[in-house]
Amino acid sequence: MSRRTVRGAGGGTAGLRQAARALPGAVRKLNPAVMWRNPVMFIVEIGALFTTVLAAATPSFFAWAITGWLWLTVLFANLAEAVAEGRGRAQAAALRAARRDTVARRLVDPAVHAKWEEIGAPDLRQGDHVIVEAGETIPGDGDVVEGIASVDESAITGESAPVIRESGGDRSAVTGGTRVLSDRIVVRITQRPGESFLDRMIALVEGADRRKTPNEIALNILLAALTIIFLVATATMQPLAVFSRSVNPGVADSIALTSDGVTGVVLAALVVCLIPTTIGALLSAIGIAGMDRLVQRNVLAMSGRAVEAAGDVSTLLLDKTGTITLGNRQAAAFLPVPGVPVLELARAAQLSSLTDATPEGRSIVVYAKNAYGLREREPGELAHAGWVPFTAQTRMSGVDMDGRRIRKGAATAVMKWVRDNGGHPTVDAGHLVDGISASGGTPLVVGEVSGGAARVLGVIHLKDVVKEGMRERFDAMRRMGIRTVMITGDNALTARAIAEEAGVDDFLAEATPEDKLALIRREQEGGRLVAMTGDGTNDAPALAQSDVGVAMNTGTSAAKEAGNMVDLDSNPTKLIEIVEIGKQLLITRGALTTFSIANDVAKYFAIIPAMFAAVYPGLDALNVMRLASPQSAILSAVVFNALVIVALIPLALKGVRYRPSSASTLLRRNLCVYGLGGIVVPFAGIKLIDLVVRLLPGMS
Amino acid sequence: MTPSANSAVGAVLVTGTVFLALALCYRPLGDHMFRVYTGARHWRVERVVYRLVGVDADAEQRWPAYARALLAFSIVSVLALYALQRLQDHLFLSLGMPAVPPDLAWNTAVAFVTNTDWQAYSGESAMGHVVQTAGLAVQNFVSAAAGLSVAVALVRGFARARSDTLGNFWVDLVRGTIRILLPIAFAAAILLVAGGALQSFGGHHGWTTLAGGGQTLTPAGAASQEAIKDLGTNGGGVFNANSAHPWENPTAWTNLLQIFLLLVIATSLPRTFGRMVGDNRQGYVIVSVMAFLALISIGVTQTAELHAAGTVPQATAGAAPQWSGLAAEGREARFGVPDSALFASAATLTSTGSVDSAHDSYTAFGGGMLIFNMLLGEVAPGGAGSGLYGILVLAVITVFVAGLMVGRTPEYLGKKIGSREIKLASLYFLATPALVLLGTAVAMGTTAGRAGIGNGGAHGLSEVLYAFASAGNNNGSAFSGLSANTPFYNTALGLCMLFGRFLPMVLVLALAGSLARQAPVPVSAGTLPTHRPQFAGLLAGVTIVLVALTFLPALALGPLAEGLSR
Repeated sequence: MSRRTVRGAGGGTAGLRQAARALPGAVRKLNPAVMWRNPVMFIVEIGALFTTVLAAATPSFFAWAITGWLWLTVLFANLAEAVAEGRGRAQAAALRAARRDTVARRLVDPAVHAKWEEIGAPDLRQGDHVIVEAGETIPGDGDVVEGIASVDESAITGESAPVIRESGGDRSAVTGGTRVLSDRIVVRITQRPGESFLDRMIALVEGADRRKTPNEIALNILLAALTIIFLVATATMQPLAVFSRSVNPGVADSIALTSDGVTGVVLAALVVCLIPTTIGALLSAIGIAGMDRLVQRNVLAMSGRAVEAAGDVSTLLLDKTGTITLGNRQAAAFLPVPGVPVLELARAAQLSSLTDATPEGRSIVVYAKNAYGLREREPGELAHAGWVPFTAQTRMSGVDMDGRRIRKGAATAVMKWVRDNGGHPTVDAGHLVDGISASGGTPLVVGEVSGGAARVLGVIHLKDVVKEGMRERFDAMRRMGIRTVMITGDNALTARAIAEEAGVDDFLAEATPEDKLALIRREQEGGRLVAMTGDGTNDAPALAQSDVGVAMNTGTSAAKEAGNMVDLDSNPTKLIEIVEIGKQLLITRGALTTFSIANDVAKYFAIIPAMFAAVYPGLDALNVMRLASPQSAILSAVVFNALVIVALIPLALKGVRYRPSSASTLLRRNLCVYGLGGIVVPFAGIKLIDLVVRLLPGMS
Repeated sequence: MTPSANSAVGAVLVTGTVFLALALCYRPLGDHMFRVYTGARHWRVERVVYRLVGVDADAEQRWPAYARALLAFSIVSVLALYALQRLQDHLFLSLGMPAVPPDLAWNTAVAFVTNTDWQAYSGESAMGHVVQTAGLAVQNFVSAAAGLSVAVALVRGFARARSDTLGNFWVDLVRGTIRILLPIAFAAAILLVAGGALQSFGGHHGWTTLAGGGQTLTPAGAASQEAIKDLGTNGGGVFNANSAHPWENPTAWTNLLQIFLLLVIATSLPRTFGRMVGDNRQGYVIVSVMAFLALISIGVTQTAELHAAGTVPQATAGAAPQWSGLAAEGREARFGVPDSALFASAATLTSTGSVDSAHDSYTAFGGGMLIFNMLLGEVAPGGAGSGLYGILVLAVITVFVAGLMVGRTPEYLGKKIGSREIKLASLYFLATPALVLLGTAVAMGTTAGRAGIGNGGAHGLSEVLYAFASAGNNNGSAFSGLSANTPFYNTALGLCMLFGRFLPMVLVLALAGSLARQAPVPVSAGTLPTHRPQFAGLLAGVTIVLVALTFLPALALGPLAEGLSR
């Protein structure tokens, strides 16, 4: 995470600079051909055009002030969207730099590596084989079919440490635009021209092919309906106003009401104040910013739909290894058989593991050092030592030195070795082994042959180490109504022990890809949405079947193709963050919708008395804010309406605060803040603006 | 005690009595309706009807078929009712009444088929026995049953999973009529006769009054028609004075009985809903929202009417000391102010056109509240069936906004509220206010519309707003004051009633269809709970705020201007 670090929405000067940069884009978006896609703001633009014509025909300060602020309202909405897009654009530029026009060396015959032709990378087709050597850029997405190389993927992941890519297995996928640092590989191209991972990434962060998500469409429909109803309410008010004016003939014409009814400028102002402009202006910015928040966490969602689905997930499938537990088993205890001092066992365990390069072996050395203060020694330090490496056949490793032979390994193998050397493993050793197995751990037995006598020294308890803080996260998930299921290849006994320790709701032991797929189908049958992570080719069917499938960037092309998100950091725990971002996106939309609708109450209290108190003085009782004059009341409401958009841009970009909790708690909190707040804030805001506006000419 | 305080105590007692009676009926009647609409067995008499109509009672209908059956039945009903009125002079038992003019016949036919019962005519001088009983009274039953059918179809949409069908309209219609409306109406009619309501099918009966003048009794099946008029939230009385007429509503206790009948089906239906979706708590939430809104409304109206000192209705009420300070103009002395106000509230809250007092004579705020009751969309508790589907659509909209705020795709009763559902709910929510506002605007903007206004100023505007609120929401009560038997109002209000009834119904059925197809989402801690007071409060809030926002300009120029300007 060197480049793409998590940024805030940018307050203060940074925010201003962002806004200034986005301004030209915002002005360009005033084009009606673009605006009509956002019905609410399109109506505002028409209103602004309408008042411009009216103000030009019969100029007055009031008319021009309203006109100016209506245009600003539209501009602010466009600004919100442009700022949101601008944040992605910088990233897109960096990505573009990686998409240099590479020349590919295409093998004429995949079998013959010596013969190639040079063609431009964009001309590569699926199935072509290319050869890439150290220092060259990989011309397109594909799988390594031959060789092994270290690859610099920082252009995509922002991670500077090189990664190893090799043919076969789950680490064969390479991405176009990344650079081979060493060695030479043959890559089979899997992308279609112009649809590389990099291309998609650029499109995603730029929001170029942003399509509205299902919830966004539904919300747009509701907003359109509200807009129509307020248009109808305002339009039908006109004959009522004419009638009311005509039955009170003595009343003088005002800026708001003449014998022809409510003036056009005031009608336009009323419509704009009533229709849900706040959410209408910020809706697309919220969506873009939501995707952007994922990108900032190095997750690429292939569609906004997937991000939304993440908020709806009710079952999380999590792989045990790497997600819930640290990558590998680690030594957690040395258990000597009676009669052997624990320090002796620890020393033997350490010695036998010095050349064991497996993570388990390393963990024994580390544990011996941490728990018993045994200094780690380099194998070379010890003279006359004969090292016995671990092999799959012996299932043991060890050392022969000073006439002493130490072995460490699988229980059965070491026990047999002791017996073969004339020793008799005691019953106690068997008990220790069984006890560790029963608790879900893995026992490694340490034995020695010293002075001709073979014996078991004790047992090393290897166990999965659950990552710190997982239990709390799963508790939070449970509060959010999400069930967590741990997937593991371990037997049920081991799986249960770890599941209990980690606090997941359920587990699937000895899981095959088919079991995984069946589990997902079963959950979906019950109407639940399922999220999972995966990296291997055998995960692909399950990734495709799940509603939110997050593929690890280190994974195979098949996995990346099947999932609908890619995690560039290849961190499976991130699934939890993705769910939170999905929820936050929806909450932000709902909160601003509520706020927007609640705002209307105060605006009515400003505008209705301003329009009609002249004919019915009693209606002045509704002017609870005691606004200075009809003109200043209407202008203040319009100004508030425009400024609130600007004020909420940071919130739209950052998303509302989200803490995992039950729906009921969330609703109570958000209703208080955005519902009640939405009613109260505009009363104060309009009043404050009025205190300034009343000083303008012609406002009192 | 002052008359105001005295009446206030009366108002609380009488309201409490009605609420208690309704609470007692909630479970038994709701459970009965649940059995009616979910039972598999057909009664013999029902099978006869099905055979006569030629329908397969065991065949389930998809939503378009259900809607087609509803519309076909309604069109035939309108045509039949129109024909009966136009041919009245050729009918027997017509008491010598002439054929009804075309615009009035259209208006009346639509009014009764749409469960509105707007009456631009005067019953005793326009409709004979056959039209009253074979036409209007029949529609009083079946239009209410049709409303119940649509509500039940919507509930089935929530209750069913992965289903294409919503039940069978004909079965729902017939069962609703025969098993729910007929028995209760029959019992109520007997009570009303016992209370002194008229039930006669003879000819005109004339006599000489004490003062020597001539008077004629126009006989009618008043008691039987009265029962279904209220029970089916219809409101079309046989006499022009409606429930203020002593032969329709003779005493204070029959008045109370009628208020009870107005409310009983709509307030028990949430129980049926709860049973059908398998969670009674959902029903309690809906009924408590209805009760909450109704209580606020009744409270406002009573307060306005009992503290009317200085208003026109109070000033014209005469000098009788027991009326001092009360808005007494236009009330029947045998009911008094609180009972009249409760009746008016109940009628306007339930889409019933019954009146036992002149709403035109209410204070500005009292009358304004009655208009607001209708503008709520008739959901507290609303008409037979229409109240339930109305509030369920509002619940869908509430769930949508609130559901987003808990970070999930909104869902109600396990059904996701996606773009199709919100589209249908939004259109439903748009339809009636648009009709009311457009109708009012057209009337206020044309000479023909303004010609009918009886009072000047803001009150005149209220009269027109009331008429279109009443027609658009299928209430049917009138503010009086407005001369509505003109070609303009007959046509315009007729259109409002027609579209105000069937547009929402078709949208509701479409919504039900798309809900029924969905597989339910299981409930988890992340699901927005819709069975708690929190949601009830939210639903009530959304209902009030959305209505207030839509109608505030119109209300400001009518009742608010009048009420604030004294």
